Amino acid sequence: MIKKLTIAVTGLNNTDNPGPGIPVIRSLRESKEFDLRVIGLAYENLEPGIYMENMVDKTYQIPYPSGGADLLLERIKYINEKENIDVLIPNFDAELYTFMKAEKRLYEMGIKTFLPTIAQFEERQKAVLPEFGKKYGVDVPKSTNLTSVSDIRKLKKDYEFPVLVKGKFYDAHVAYNEEQVTTHFNKISAKWGLPIIVQEFIKGTEVNVVALGDGKGNTIGAVPMRKQFITDKGKAWGGITIKDEKMLDLTHALIEGTKWRGGMELEMIRTNDNKYYMIEINPRIPAWVYLAVGAGQNIPEALVKLAMGDKVEPMSSYSAGTMFVRYSYDMIGDISQFEKLSMTGELDNIHK
Amino acid sequence: MHFCIVKKENYLQMKLKSNIAISESGFVFDAGTGETYSLNPVGADILKLMNEGMKQEEITAYFLQNYDVSQGVFESAYFDFISILNQFNLIDR
Repeated sequence: MIKKLTIAVTGLNNTDNPGPGIPVIRSLRESKEFDLRVIGLAYENLEPGIYMENMVDKTYQIPYPSGGADLLLERIKYINEKENIDVLIPNFDAELYTFMKAEKRLYEMGIKTFLPTIAQFEERQKAVLPEFGKKYGVDVPKSTNLTSVSDIRKLKKDYEFPVLVKGKFYDAHVAYNEEQVTTHFNKISAKWGLPIIVQEFIKGTEVNVVALGDGKGNTIGAVPMRKQFITDKGKAWGGITIKDEKMLDLTHALIEGTKWRGGMELEMIRTNDNKYYMIEINPRIPAWVYLAVGAGQNIPEALVKLAMGDKVEPMSSYSAGTMFVRYSYDMIGDISQFEKLSMTGELDNIHK
Repeated sequence: MHFCIVKKENYLQMKLKSNIAISESGFVFDAGTGETYSLNPVGADILKLMNEGMKQEEITAYFLQNYDVSQGVFESAYFDFISILNQFNLIDR
Protein backbone atom coordinates (compact mmCIF):
# COMPACT_ATOMS: atom_id res chain seq x y z
CA MET A 1 0.00 0.00 0.00
CA ILE A 2 1.32 3.43 -0.91
CA LYS A 3 1.63 5.68 2.11
CA LYS A 4 0.90 9.39 1.88
CA LEU A 5 3.59 11.24 3.80
CA THR A 6 4.87 14.75 4.32
CA ILE A 7 8.61 14.81 4.88
CA ALA A 8 10.60 17.87 5.89
CA VAL A 9 14.26 17.95 4.95
CA THR A 10 17.16 20.35 5.59
CA GLY A 11 20.46 20.50 3.72
CA LEU A 12 19.29 21.82 0.34
CA ASN A 13 22.72 23.35 -0.30
CA ASN A 14 23.55 21.27 -3.32
CA THR A 15 26.84 23.08 -3.89
CA ASP A 16 30.45 21.90 -4.26
CA ASN A 17 30.25 21.21 -0.52
CA PRO A 18 26.87 19.52 -0.73
CA GLY A 19 24.39 18.95 2.03
CA PRO A 20 22.62 15.59 1.95
CA GLY A 21 19.12 17.11 1.52
CA ILE A 22 18.72 16.74 -2.23
CA PRO A 23 20.18 13.19 -2.41
CA VAL A 24 17.86 12.22 0.47
CA ILE A 25 14.82 13.69 -1.32
CA ARG A 26 15.86 12.06 -4.59
CA SER A 27 16.10 8.70 -2.84
CA LEU A 28 12.69 9.14 -1.22
CA ARG A 29 11.13 10.22 -4.52
CA GLU A 30 12.22 6.86 -5.94
CA SER A 31 10.41 4.92 -3.26
CA LYS A 32 7.48 2.95 -4.55
CA GLU A 33 5.97 2.86 -1.08
CA PHE A 34 5.43 6.59 -0.52
CA ASP A 35 3.28 9.27 -2.04
CA LEU A 36 5.31 12.25 -0.90
CA ARG A 37 4.97 15.89 -0.20
CA VAL A 38 8.44 17.24 0.47
CA ILE A 39 8.99 20.36 2.51
CA GLY A 40 12.40 21.98 2.17
CA LEU A 41 13.77 23.76 5.23
CA ALA A 42 16.38 26.29 4.11
CA TYR A 43 18.76 28.46 6.07
CA GLU A 44 19.82 30.49 3.03
CA ASN A 45 17.78 31.83 0.12
CA LEU A 46 20.19 30.59 -2.52
CA GLU A 47 20.38 26.96 -1.50
CA PRO A 48 20.11 25.37 -4.96
CA GLY A 49 17.72 22.63 -3.85
CA ILE A 50 14.98 25.23 -3.37
CA TYR A 51 14.91 25.89 -7.11
CA MET A 52 15.44 22.37 -8.46
CA GLU A 53 12.74 20.55 -10.35
CA ASN A 54 10.90 17.58 -8.79
CA MET A 55 12.61 17.90 -5.43
CA VAL A 56 10.85 20.08 -2.84
CA ASP A 57 7.17 20.93 -3.13
CA LYS A 58 7.56 23.97 -0.93
CA THR A 59 10.42 25.63 0.92
CA TYR A 60 10.34 27.48 4.22
CA GLN A 61 13.17 29.52 5.60
CA ILE A 62 14.24 28.50 9.07
CA PRO A 63 16.53 30.33 11.52
CA TYR A 64 20.01 28.99 12.28
CA PRO A 65 20.17 26.82 15.43
CA SER A 66 22.75 29.30 16.78
CA GLY A 67 19.83 31.75 17.12
CA GLY A 68 18.39 29.50 19.83
CA ALA A 69 16.40 26.28 19.86
CA ASP A 70 13.17 28.01 20.83
CA LEU A 71 13.21 30.25 17.80
CA LEU A 72 13.85 27.30 15.50
CA LEU A 73 11.12 25.20 17.10
CA GLU A 74 8.64 28.08 16.92
CA ARG A 75 9.27 28.22 13.20
CA ILE A 76 8.93 24.44 12.83
CA LYS A 77 5.65 24.64 14.77
CA TYR A 78 4.34 27.28 12.37
CA ILE A 79 5.39 25.20 9.33
CA ASN A 80 3.84 22.09 10.85
CA GLU A 81 0.51 23.83 11.38
CA LYS A 82 0.38 24.46 7.66
CA GLU A 83 1.97 21.25 6.40
CA ASN A 84 1.32 18.56 8.97
CA ILE A 85 4.80 17.05 8.81
CA ASP A 86 5.11 13.29 9.38
CA VAL A 87 8.90 12.94 9.44
CA LEU A 88 11.69 15.49 9.73
CA ILE A 89 15.17 14.60 8.46
CA PRO A 90 17.86 17.04 9.62
CA ASN A 91 21.03 16.75 7.54
CA PHE A 92 23.61 19.06 9.10
CA ASP A 93 25.95 18.08 11.91
CA ALA A 94 25.62 21.57 13.41
CA GLU A 95 21.82 21.39 13.72
CA LEU A 96 21.58 17.79 14.92
CA TYR A 97 22.08 18.57 18.57
CA THR A 98 19.12 20.97 18.58
CA PHE A 99 16.86 18.47 16.82
CA MET A 100 17.95 15.58 19.06
CA LYS A 101 17.23 17.69 22.14
CA ALA A 102 13.86 18.65 20.70
CA GLU A 103 12.88 15.09 19.75
CA LYS A 104 10.12 14.92 22.37
CA ARG A 105 8.74 18.37 21.57
CA LEU A 106 8.70 17.50 17.89
CA TYR A 107 6.97 14.22 18.62
CA GLU A 108 4.30 16.06 20.59
CA MET A 109 3.71 18.16 17.48
CA GLY A 110 3.24 14.91 15.53
CA ILE A 111 6.66 15.11 13.86
CA LYS A 112 8.76 11.96 13.97
CA THR A 113 12.54 11.83 13.66
CA PHE A 114 15.00 8.96 13.65
CA LEU A 115 18.16 10.35 15.18
CA PRO A 116 20.99 9.09 17.38
CA THR A 117 20.67 9.65 21.11
CA ILE A 118 22.63 12.50 22.66
CA ALA A 119 24.98 9.94 24.26
CA GLN A 120 25.65 8.28 20.89
CA PHE A 121 26.18 11.67 19.29
CA GLU A 122 28.57 12.84 21.97
CA GLU A 123 30.75 9.77 22.30
CA ARG A 124 31.73 9.77 18.62
CA GLN A 125 32.70 13.47 18.57
CA LYS A 126 36.08 14.04 16.95
CA ALA A 127 37.46 15.43 20.20
CA VAL A 128 36.86 12.12 22.03
CA LEU A 129 37.53 9.71 19.17
CA PRO A 130 40.48 7.97 20.91
CA GLU A 131 38.20 7.00 23.83
CA PHE A 132 35.56 5.83 21.37
CA GLY A 133 38.11 3.67 19.54
CA LYS A 134 39.23 2.12 22.81
CA LYS A 135 35.69 1.41 23.98
CA TYR A 136 34.60 -0.29 20.76
CA GLY A 137 37.92 -1.87 19.77
CA VAL A 138 38.49 0.18 16.62
CA ASP A 139 41.86 1.62 15.57
CA VAL A 140 41.77 5.40 15.44
CA PRO A 141 44.60 7.82 14.69
CA LYS A 142 46.26 9.50 17.65
CA SER A 143 44.74 12.93 18.26
CA THR A 144 45.04 15.93 20.56
CA ASN A 145 42.57 18.71 21.27
CA LEU A 146 43.94 22.22 21.08
CA THR A 147 42.24 25.02 22.94
CA SER A 148 44.84 27.73 22.40
CA VAL A 149 47.58 28.60 19.93
CA SER A 150 50.18 28.04 22.63
CA ASP A 151 49.28 24.32 22.66
CA ILE A 152 50.71 24.00 19.15
CA ARG A 153 54.30 24.16 20.40
CA LYS A 154 53.72 21.03 22.47
CA LEU A 155 52.77 18.95 19.43
CA LYS A 156 56.37 18.42 18.38
CA LYS A 157 57.12 15.81 21.02
CA ASP A 158 54.16 13.56 20.14
CA TYR A 159 53.63 14.06 16.41
CA GLU A 160 55.54 13.86 13.18
CA PHE A 161 54.47 16.19 10.42
CA PRO A 162 52.29 16.22 8.42
CA VAL A 163 49.27 16.23 10.74
CA LEU A 164 45.58 16.84 10.12
CA VAL A 165 44.00 19.92 11.67
CA LYS A 166 40.24 19.59 12.09
CA GLY A 167 37.30 21.63 13.30
CA LYS A 168 34.86 20.05 15.74
CA PHE A 169 32.10 19.92 13.10
CA TYR A 170 33.67 20.65 9.72
CA ASP A 171 36.93 21.38 7.95
CA ALA A 172 40.09 19.36 7.81
CA HIS A 173 43.47 20.49 6.50
CA VAL A 174 46.86 18.86 6.23
CA ALA A 175 49.62 20.85 7.94
CA TYR A 176 53.29 20.25 7.27
CA ASN A 177 54.74 22.44 10.02
CA GLU A 178 53.77 24.41 13.13
CA GLU A 179 53.13 27.59 11.15
CA GLN A 180 50.56 25.83 9.00
CA VAL A 181 48.91 24.36 12.11
CA THR A 182 48.65 27.91 13.50
CA THR A 183 47.09 29.23 10.28
CA HIS A 184 44.50 26.43 10.17
CA PHE A 185 43.87 26.77 13.91
CA ASN A 186 42.98 30.45 13.51
CA LYS A 187 40.84 29.94 10.41
CA ILE A 188 38.88 26.95 11.68
CA SER A 189 38.38 28.22 15.23
CA ALA A 190 37.03 31.54 13.90
CA LYS A 191 34.41 29.60 11.97
CA TRP A 192 33.55 26.61 14.14
CA GLY A 193 34.93 27.43 17.58
CA LEU A 194 37.13 25.33 19.86
CA PRO A 195 38.59 22.81 20.35
CA ILE A 196 40.65 22.27 17.25
CA ILE A 197 41.63 18.65 16.80
CA VAL A 198 45.09 17.67 15.63
CA GLN A 199 45.16 14.16 14.28
CA GLU A 200 47.98 11.88 13.24
CA PHE A 201 48.13 11.66 9.44
CA ILE A 202 47.56 8.07 8.34
CA LYS A 203 48.72 7.30 4.84
CA GLY A 204 46.36 5.19 2.81
CA THR A 205 43.13 5.19 0.87
CA GLU A 206 40.01 6.83 2.25
CA VAL A 207 37.04 4.50 2.24
CA ASN A 208 33.60 5.34 3.59
CA VAL A 209 30.45 3.48 4.53
CA VAL A 210 26.91 4.86 4.59
CA ALA A 211 24.89 2.89 7.11
CA LEU A 212 21.65 2.84 9.03
CA GLY A 213 21.15 1.44 12.51
CA ASP A 214 17.76 0.61 13.97
CA GLY A 215 18.70 1.64 17.52
CA LYS A 216 18.61 -1.96 18.73
CA GLY A 217 22.00 -3.00 17.42
CA ASN A 218 20.88 -4.11 13.96
CA THR A 219 22.37 -2.77 10.77
CA ILE A 220 19.50 -2.08 8.38
CA GLY A 221 21.72 -1.06 5.50
CA ALA A 222 25.42 -0.50 4.77
CA VAL A 223 27.23 0.30 1.54
CA PRO A 224 30.99 0.99 1.32
CA MET A 225 32.41 3.45 -1.18
CA ARG A 226 35.79 4.69 -2.30
CA LYS A 227 36.13 8.30 -3.37
CA GLN A 228 37.49 8.49 -6.89
CA PHE A 229 37.56 12.22 -7.33
CA ILE A 230 37.91 14.63 -4.43
CA THR A 231 37.28 18.38 -4.51
CA ASP A 232 39.58 20.91 -2.90
CA LYS A 233 37.20 20.78 0.08
CA GLY A 234 37.81 17.06 0.39
CA LYS A 235 34.32 16.16 -0.80
CA ALA A 236 33.64 13.24 -3.10
CA TRP A 237 32.87 14.42 -6.63
CA GLY A 238 33.03 10.85 -7.89
CA GLY A 239 32.94 7.52 -6.12
CA ILE A 240 32.43 3.81 -6.57
CA THR A 241 30.87 1.12 -4.39
CA ILE A 242 33.30 -1.56 -3.30
CA LYS A 243 33.09 -5.03 -1.87
CA ASP A 244 34.93 -4.69 1.41
CA GLU A 245 33.95 -7.34 3.92
CA LYS A 246 36.26 -6.00 6.61
CA MET A 247 34.67 -2.56 6.46
CA LEU A 248 31.22 -4.07 6.59
CA ASP A 249 32.19 -6.22 9.58
CA LEU A 250 33.50 -3.12 11.35
CA THR A 251 30.29 -1.24 10.55
CA HIS A 252 28.10 -4.07 11.87
CA ALA A 253 30.22 -4.34 15.02
CA LEU A 254 30.04 -0.59 15.68
CA ILE A 255 26.30 -0.40 15.13
CA GLU A 256 25.80 -3.42 17.35
CA GLY A 257 28.11 -2.04 20.05
CA THR A 258 26.73 1.49 20.06
CA LYS A 259 23.14 0.47 19.26
CA TRP A 260 23.28 3.27 16.74
CA ARG A 261 19.98 4.85 15.85
CA GLY A 262 19.71 6.60 12.50
CA GLY A 263 21.92 7.23 9.51
CA MET A 264 25.69 7.45 9.75
CA GLU A 265 28.79 7.74 7.65
CA LEU A 266 31.92 5.94 8.75
CA GLU A 267 35.10 7.46 7.38
CA MET A 268 38.12 5.19 7.41
CA ILE A 269 41.64 5.02 6.06
CA ARG A 270 42.80 1.69 4.68
CA THR A 271 46.58 1.47 4.81
CA ASN A 272 48.71 -0.40 2.31
CA ASP A 273 49.09 -3.29 4.77
CA ASN A 274 45.28 -3.54 4.94
CA LYS A 275 44.77 -1.99 8.37
CA TYR A 276 41.74 0.18 8.96
CA TYR A 277 41.75 3.40 10.97
CA MET A 278 38.50 5.13 11.73
CA ILE A 279 38.95 8.86 11.24
CA GLU A 280 35.40 10.05 11.77
CA ILE A 281 31.79 9.04 12.29
CA ASN A 282 29.32 11.50 10.83
CA PRO A 283 26.04 11.09 12.71
CA ARG A 284 23.79 11.53 9.70
CA ILE A 285 23.25 10.42 6.14
CA PRO A 286 26.09 11.63 3.86
CA ALA A 287 25.60 13.61 0.64
CA TRP A 288 26.64 10.60 -1.46
CA VAL A 289 23.76 8.44 -0.17
CA TYR A 290 22.13 8.27 -3.59
CA LEU A 291 25.02 6.00 -4.66
CA ALA A 292 23.74 3.44 -2.14
CA VAL A 293 20.29 3.70 -3.70
CA GLY A 294 21.86 3.15 -7.13
CA ALA A 295 23.65 0.11 -5.75
CA GLY A 296 20.45 -1.40 -4.35
CA GLN A 297 19.89 -0.03 -0.85
CA ASN A 298 17.43 2.82 -0.37
CA ILE A 299 18.69 3.90 3.04
CA PRO A 300 16.60 7.13 3.29
CA GLU A 301 13.45 5.13 2.55
CA ALA A 302 14.33 2.66 5.31
CA LEU A 303 15.05 5.54 7.70
CA VAL A 304 11.61 7.05 7.07
CA LYS A 305 9.97 3.68 7.66
CA LEU A 306 11.85 3.28 10.94
CA ALA A 307 10.80 6.78 11.96
CA MET A 308 7.18 5.84 11.22
CA GLY A 309 7.58 2.80 13.47
CA ASP A 310 7.38 0.27 10.63
CA LYS A 311 9.29 -2.99 10.74
CA VAL A 312 12.22 -2.87 8.33
CA GLU A 313 14.12 -5.94 7.19
CA PRO A 314 17.92 -5.48 6.96
CA MET A 315 19.30 -5.02 3.45
CA SER A 316 22.45 -7.03 2.93
CA SER A 317 23.13 -7.02 -0.80
CA TYR A 318 24.31 -4.24 -3.09
CA SER A 319 26.24 -4.17 -6.30
CA ALA A 320 29.94 -3.34 -6.21
CA GLY A 321 31.16 -1.18 -9.08
CA THR A 322 28.25 1.27 -9.03
CA MET A 323 29.62 4.75 -9.66
CA PHE A 324 28.56 8.33 -9.24
CA VAL A 325 29.95 11.50 -10.74
CA ARG A 326 28.58 14.88 -9.70
CA TYR A 327 28.10 17.79 -12.03
CA SER A 328 27.31 21.47 -11.80
CA TYR A 329 24.46 22.99 -13.73
CA ASP A 330 23.03 26.46 -14.10
CA MET A 331 19.34 26.88 -13.35
CA ILE A 332 17.66 29.97 -14.70
CA GLY A 333 15.12 31.68 -12.49
CA ASP A 334 13.37 34.97 -12.02
CA ILE A 335 14.05 37.55 -9.33
CA SER A 336 10.40 37.26 -8.25
CA GLN A 337 11.09 33.78 -6.82
CA PHE A 338 13.98 35.04 -4.80
CA GLU A 339 11.88 38.03 -3.76
CA LYS A 340 9.04 35.84 -2.57
CA LEU A 341 11.32 33.68 -0.45
CA SER A 342 13.17 36.70 0.92
CA MET A 343 10.05 38.66 1.79
CA THR A 344 7.69 35.91 2.99
CA GLY A 345 10.12 33.15 4.00
CA GLU A 346 8.12 30.67 1.89
CA LEU A 347 8.22 29.55 -1.71
CA ASP A 348 6.14 27.00 -3.61
CA ASN A 349 8.21 25.02 -6.06
CA ILE A 350 8.54 27.16 -9.14
CA HIS A 351 8.16 24.25 -11.53
CA LYS A 352 4.66 23.30 -10.37
CA MET B 1 64.13 -5.81 -10.94
CA HIS B 2 60.43 -6.40 -10.38
CA PHE B 3 60.40 -10.13 -11.00
CA CYS B 4 62.84 -10.78 -8.19
CA ILE B 5 60.14 -9.98 -5.62
CA VAL B 6 58.38 -13.33 -5.84
CA LYS B 7 60.05 -16.70 -6.35
CA LYS B 8 59.80 -17.97 -9.88
CA GLU B 9 58.14 -21.25 -8.87
CA ASN B 10 55.27 -19.25 -7.37
CA TYR B 11 54.47 -17.92 -10.82
CA LEU B 12 53.74 -21.35 -12.22
CA GLN B 13 50.04 -21.26 -11.61
CA MET B 14 48.44 -18.19 -10.24
CA LYS B 15 44.94 -17.01 -9.73
CA LEU B 16 43.55 -13.53 -9.70
CA LYS B 17 41.69 -12.52 -6.55
CA SER B 18 38.02 -13.36 -6.63
CA ASN B 19 37.12 -9.65 -6.46
CA ILE B 20 38.73 -8.94 -9.81
CA ALA B 21 36.53 -8.55 -12.88
CA ILE B 22 37.97 -8.33 -16.39
CA SER B 23 35.90 -7.17 -19.33
CA GLU B 24 36.33 -8.24 -22.95
CA SER B 25 37.99 -4.90 -23.69
CA GLY B 26 40.73 -5.49 -21.10
CA PHE B 27 39.26 -3.20 -18.43
CA VAL B 28 39.99 -4.53 -14.95
CA PHE B 29 37.95 -3.63 -11.86
CA ASP B 30 39.05 -4.57 -8.36
CA ALA B 31 35.76 -4.59 -6.44
CA GLY B 32 37.60 -4.79 -3.13
CA THR B 33 39.45 -1.50 -3.53
CA GLY B 34 37.51 0.27 -6.28
CA GLU B 35 40.71 0.53 -8.37
CA THR B 36 40.46 0.20 -12.13
CA TYR B 37 43.14 -0.65 -14.69
CA SER B 38 43.34 -0.69 -18.47
CA LEU B 39 45.20 -3.55 -20.13
CA ASN B 40 46.47 -3.81 -23.67
CA PRO B 41 45.34 -6.91 -25.62
CA VAL B 42 48.42 -8.92 -24.56
CA GLY B 43 47.82 -8.22 -20.86
CA ALA B 44 44.14 -9.02 -21.27
CA ASP B 45 45.04 -12.33 -22.95
CA ILE B 46 47.38 -13.27 -20.10
CA LEU B 47 44.75 -12.58 -17.44
CA LYS B 48 42.12 -14.46 -19.43
CA LEU B 49 44.40 -17.51 -19.67
CA MET B 50 45.30 -17.28 -15.98
CA ASN B 51 41.61 -17.20 -15.14
CA GLU B 52 41.10 -20.32 -17.24
CA GLY B 53 43.57 -22.02 -14.88
CA MET B 54 46.51 -22.26 -17.30
CA LYS B 55 50.00 -22.74 -15.87
CA GLN B 56 52.88 -20.51 -16.86
CA GLU B 57 54.31 -23.04 -19.37
CA GLU B 58 50.92 -23.34 -21.02
CA ILE B 59 50.57 -19.57 -21.26
CA THR B 60 54.07 -19.35 -22.74
CA ALA B 61 53.22 -22.05 -25.27
CA TYR B 62 50.05 -20.20 -26.22
CA PHE B 63 51.94 -16.97 -26.83
CA LEU B 64 54.74 -18.66 -28.80
CA GLN B 65 52.11 -20.20 -31.01
CA ASN B 66 49.92 -17.12 -31.49
CA TYR B 67 52.36 -14.19 -31.34
CA ASP B 68 55.63 -13.40 -33.07
CA VAL B 69 57.79 -13.55 -29.94
CA SER B 70 60.71 -15.60 -28.62
CA GLN B 71 60.45 -17.56 -25.37
CA GLY B 72 63.07 -15.39 -23.62
CA VAL B 73 61.43 -12.11 -24.54
CA PHE B 74 57.95 -13.37 -23.62
CA GLU B 75 58.99 -14.82 -20.25
CA SER B 76 60.85 -11.67 -19.27
CA ALA B 77 57.80 -9.54 -20.08
CA TYR B 78 55.49 -12.10 -18.45
CA PHE B 79 57.36 -12.13 -15.12
CA ASP B 80 57.52 -8.36 -15.19
CA PHE B 81 53.77 -8.21 -15.73
CA ILE B 82 53.10 -10.68 -12.92
CA SER B 83 55.24 -8.60 -10.58
CA ILE B 84 53.11 -5.59 -11.39
CA LEU B 85 49.95 -7.60 -10.69
CA ASN B 86 51.50 -8.53 -7.35
CA GLN B 87 52.37 -4.94 -6.57
CA PHE B 88 48.79 -3.94 -7.18
CA ASN B 89 47.65 -6.78 -4.95
CA LEU B 90 45.61 -8.46 -7.67
CA ILE B 91 46.97 -11.99 -7.24
CA ASP B 92 45.52 -14.43 -4.76
CA ARG B 93 48.45 -15.35 -2.52
